[in-house]
Amino acid sequence: MSSKEKEPLFSEKNRKLFTDQLGRNNPVTVQVLGICSALAVTVKLEPALVMALSVTIVLAVSNLIVSALRNYIPDRIRIIVQLVVIATMVILVDQTLKAYAFDVSRQLSVFVGLIITNCIIMGRLEAFAMANKPWPALLDGIGAGAGYGIILIIVAFFREFLGSGTIMGYPILEKIGVYSFGYEDNGMMILPPMALIVVGLIIWVQRSRNRELIEK
Amino acid sequence: MNSLRKKIDKIKPHFTEGGRFAKLRSVFEGFESFLFVPDRVTVRGSHIRDSIDLKRTMIIVVIALVPALLFGSYNVGLQYFRSIGADAEIIRCFWFGFLKILPLIIVSYVTGLGIEFIAAQIRGHEINEGFLVTGILIPLIVPVDVPLWMLALSTAFAVILGKEVFGGTGMNVFNPALLARAFLFFSYPGWMTGDTVWTYNLTAGENIIDGFSGATPLAYAAGGELSGIPSFLEMFIGTIPGSVGETSTIAVLLGALILIITGIGSWKIILSVFAGGLAMGLLLNLVAVNPFMELPFYYHFVMGGFAFGAVFMATDPVTASQTEKGKWIYGFLIGVLSILFRVLNPAYPEGVMLAILLMNLFAPLIDYYIIESHIKKRLKRASLANNIQGV
Repeated sequence: MSSKEKEPLFSEKNRKLFTDQLGRNNPVTVQVLGICSALAVTVKLEPALVMALSVTIVLAVSNLIVSALRNYIPDRIRIIVQLVVIATMVILVDQTLKAYAFDVSRQLSVFVGLIITNCIIMGRLEAFAMANKPWPALLDGIGAGAGYGIILIIVAFFREFLGSGTIMGYPILEKIGVYSFGYEDNGMMILPPMALIVVGLIIWVQRSRNRELIEK
Repeated sequence: MNSLRKKIDKIKPHFTEGGRFAKLRSVFEGFESFLFVPDRVTVRGSHIRDSIDLKRTMIIVVIALVPALLFGSYNVGLQYFRSIGADAEIIRCFWFGFLKILPLIIVSYVTGLGIEFIAAQIRGHEINEGFLVTGILIPLIVPVDVPLWMLALSTAFAVILGKEVFGGTGMNVFNPALLARAFLFFSYPGWMTGDTVWTYNLTAGENIIDGFSGATPLAYAAGGELSGIPSFLEMFIGTIPGSVGETSTIAVLLGALILIITGIGSWKIILSVFAGGLAMGLLLNLVAVNPFMELPFYYHFVMGGFAFGAVFMATDPVTASQTEKGKWIYGFLIGVLSILFRVLNPAYPEGVMLAILLMNLFAPLIDYYIIESHIKKRLKRASLANNIQGV
């Protein structure tokens, strides 16, 4: 922590840790991690928002803790230690949701618990927190969580809007009255494969705008 | 024709490099080669060229589809007049149906070709004739009552995500026409399943006579009411409710004949799909624990889209297996899976669509193993020869 006086808190390098993962190095669309939960919780916008928030909190705090402990964790059992930290955080988040947002918690069901196995979290702990100081690790965790969340929210927005005609549960299409013209909700948007296709479309858009992301 | 040629020659300079409409070059070329034989010839070397090209291949398939289209038009009219209890002569049925199908065809072509033209401009490719067949296949495999905007949406989905994403004509993994149908099927099940969608205006339900159900033979079979199934001959001729162009096995077989004689469609695939269906049908007949399984196996060939899928969908040269041995495996598995889906999962009475899409996915794998086994065999032979020489 002593190096802080050498480097300002929000130096360009530190800011980049956060902003890169929103776009150029997005965990979902570029690193292609955490896809499974992107399929499961994006039928509606509300659970997707809660899921994004939960993952961000778990990721940021575990990154911070593991980074603070990194010099005391024996290399051989580091995965287990990381998992203990993650699992603790996930249980805390899960209990909080159950206490204060029971409906959403029920909608998310097993997927809150499954945050433990979200590859993004293990990936960031292994790749970043184990080798960096707590402050950058915290920023990195928030960045990865936000990058994951932003994709989740985009996917959920389109799936809810086109699949159910609502936004955050508000029947917007019904209010506009497009149903009377013969419009119908697209049933396929609610099915899991469509989440993959929407993620694929986001990847397509992103890579055609940022050509350096295209693999050779 | 000569005046048209002159006119085209006159405007041609505008579309060449440096001309006013140089950007629309591929559009111009598309139309020119559609109207006339391309004027480009091989410049260097001696190549023997077959006169068959993509355009001719496509046109032959479209010609092969004409019997199914004509019969489909007639049948749409026939089913409609039956549902309102009116008698109508053949011409009137045909004309009525034709007018109902025409919008479907126009929407499918306009959407699909529009996207192909745009994609060709963006990529700087030439426009090719890949959509000619897809555009006529799509209206033939949907219910006549399907709303036009849904058809346009599913066509756009199939062309963009089924074809252009993979690199355009010839690069697609899935059959675009079937993809369009699958999209419709999963997106708007209310318009793709049930008893009322197959006959024009039956959903609205005006003037329908008592006793007309509009259920397809497959729906009867899935419901276990074997007595409701029309006779074999009727289903063979095709005067039954169903998607526009698939009801008549005899029209489909006519198309198959054209495809096989011209060598465009692989007879191996067509035959093996039927063989697979036969094998699975017989097997289910042996098990026979519910009425659908007891259905005589040969009924499956004339029900639903089995024949249509076998002849026009499975033989798509892009998405089918390329190796000769692979074609047998590919076709056989399509037949087996179609009947399996159809009989064991009543939620998907039209198993043919899903079976072909699934096997589209596996076609490259089949080819890979066939080629690997050829390589292995030859290596063995080569090393054997080497050994003998060495001794």
